[in-house]
Amino acid sequence: MTAEEVKQVVLDIISDVAPDEEVSDINSAESLRDQLDLDSMDFLDIVMELRKRHSVEVPSEDYPRLATLDSCVEYLTPKM
Amino acid sequence: MNYDAIVIGAGMSGLAAGIRLAMFGKKVCVLEKHTIAGGLNSYYQRRIKETKEIAQFDVGLHALTNFATKGERGRPLTKMLKQLRIPYGDLNLCPQSYSVIDFPDKKLRFTNDFEFLRNEVHEKFPHQIDAFNKLVEKVVAFDELDLNAGYMSSREVLGNYLSDALLIEMILAPLLIYGSAWEKDMDFNQFVIMFKSIYLEGFSRPKGGVRTIIDKLISRFKEEGGELKFRHGVEEILTKDGKAIGVRTTKGEELFSSKIFSSAGLPETMELAKKDTSHQVGQMTFLEAICLTKRAPTKEEFEPTIVFYNNSEKYHYEGAKDFFDTRSAVVCCPNNYEPEVKDVHGCFRVTFMANYEKFKALERSAYLEKKEQAYEEALKIVKSISPSVELDVVLKDVFTPTTVERYTWKKRGTVYGSPDKIRNGKTDIDGLYVIGTDQGFLGIVGAILSGISLGNLYGLMES
Repeated sequence: MTAEEVKQVVLDIISDVAPDEEVSDINSAESLRDQLDLDSMDFLDIVMELRKRHSVEVPSEDYPRLATLDSCVEYLTPKM
Repeated sequence: MNYDAIVIGAGMSGLAAGIRLAMFGKKVCVLEKHTIAGGLNSYYQRRIKETKEIAQFDVGLHALTNFATKGERGRPLTKMLKQLRIPYGDLNLCPQSYSVIDFPDKKLRFTNDFEFLRNEVHEKFPHQIDAFNKLVEKVVAFDELDLNAGYMSSREVLGNYLSDALLIEMILAPLLIYGSAWEKDMDFNQFVIMFKSIYLEGFSRPKGGVRTIIDKLISRFKEEGGELKFRHGVEEILTKDGKAIGVRTTKGEELFSSKIFSSAGLPETMELAKKDTSHQVGQMTFLEAICLTKRAPTKEEFEPTIVFYNNSEKYHYEGAKDFFDTRSAVVCCPNNYEPEVKDVHGCFRVTFMANYEKFKALERSAYLEKKEQAYEEALKIVKSISPSVELDVVLKDVFTPTTVERYTWKKRGTVYGSPDKIRNGKTDIDGLYVIGTDQGFLGIVGAILSGISLGNLYGLMES
């Protein structure tokens, strides 16, 4: 997958996990938690959806790498 | 048959845990002994003789606590809906009009806007308002969801903030009767959960009552591929070398899984696992009289949604010495959820603290007589709250602690479970987890969050 496609995958998952959030105005360099109403339960869902839809495993020690949209793309692109 | 997880009980917590596990591909079976789901928050139907209509009654909480508006951030209700992927609009929430804590000399009203209660306290207890505000600050900042928290007396904490004993009683009354498994007092963690869910967030009711929530949970569970078996109780939780390996149902089938989530209650679960247990069975049991009237009361007749009635300055929250205790009662009028519930009939639900052992010992005819007596006392209280209310009764019913026991299999018919709560859900048996009431989150939203968080923790994150 290209970086752009991976970004879309992450955005699709966020909009399914948090349907009331507006994902189109996310600043990709800023923390997702600061911009959206996401808590640890929602992050678990993002990780679970990555596994379910794209068979990507994110071990818990790597959760901090999902902090921003940019860091998600950087971390996930080699895996997808 | 082998499963990734078996859930005991299709109540709020069991269905929620089931949905979470099934959502991420786990093979899950939920076992329910009764023919209807919901557990302690369920419903039943009766036919009105005169008109042949079917009337449906909720059992359990009078209200869905934790009211939140759509998309409101950081609220338990919003969290719960997100985790279960249920759109907010599906619950069709109707907020309360207002509720009243009704003591002889003072009344405190509250709504879903906390400032309303703050003003009431300011007006009725002017000398306590600064202290009250400090208490609220403490409550807001408190992390009540810490899974490792220990017991702290609420009366002690409240006494450190408030000096007016009556205000303490009045604040405690609704919180105790809507969730405390302890007599007289409650754990401060639970106090905070209740204070937030009742005073800071508020009451609402889904259109159609609790059944709306139950039906939604069942349909989500099935959509995700979960298996739900009614009329399947658990006879025994099977263990081997201190580990859970499965269950034997009341039908004699053996189902295997290394993860079992039980909402049966803590003492009940340990009994099913054939483990000696020192876990106490709760003292608090209740009776409820239901009165269906020909038409909904007008605003002039009865305007509040819930009245927490108490006839003295002291609130006696304890197991009733006699069959039931008429010193206090909770009166719920579901017609007064807005937008105005245009039910044809009026409904009053009156709850008294009751005595399980006394009801259990009665023979059928004496039992019916006692129920009739409770019903008459309930009407008296409705009349004393609002003398002008017209009670043209079309259907009446009373359920007692033994009724609750019969349909929920909770020992002594307790509705708030054991005073021993296991916050992290772990039992002495590996792979056997307690969810629901005895895990310690309260109310419908609390029970659902209990199922979600322990399902996540032990069913999804550990695998």
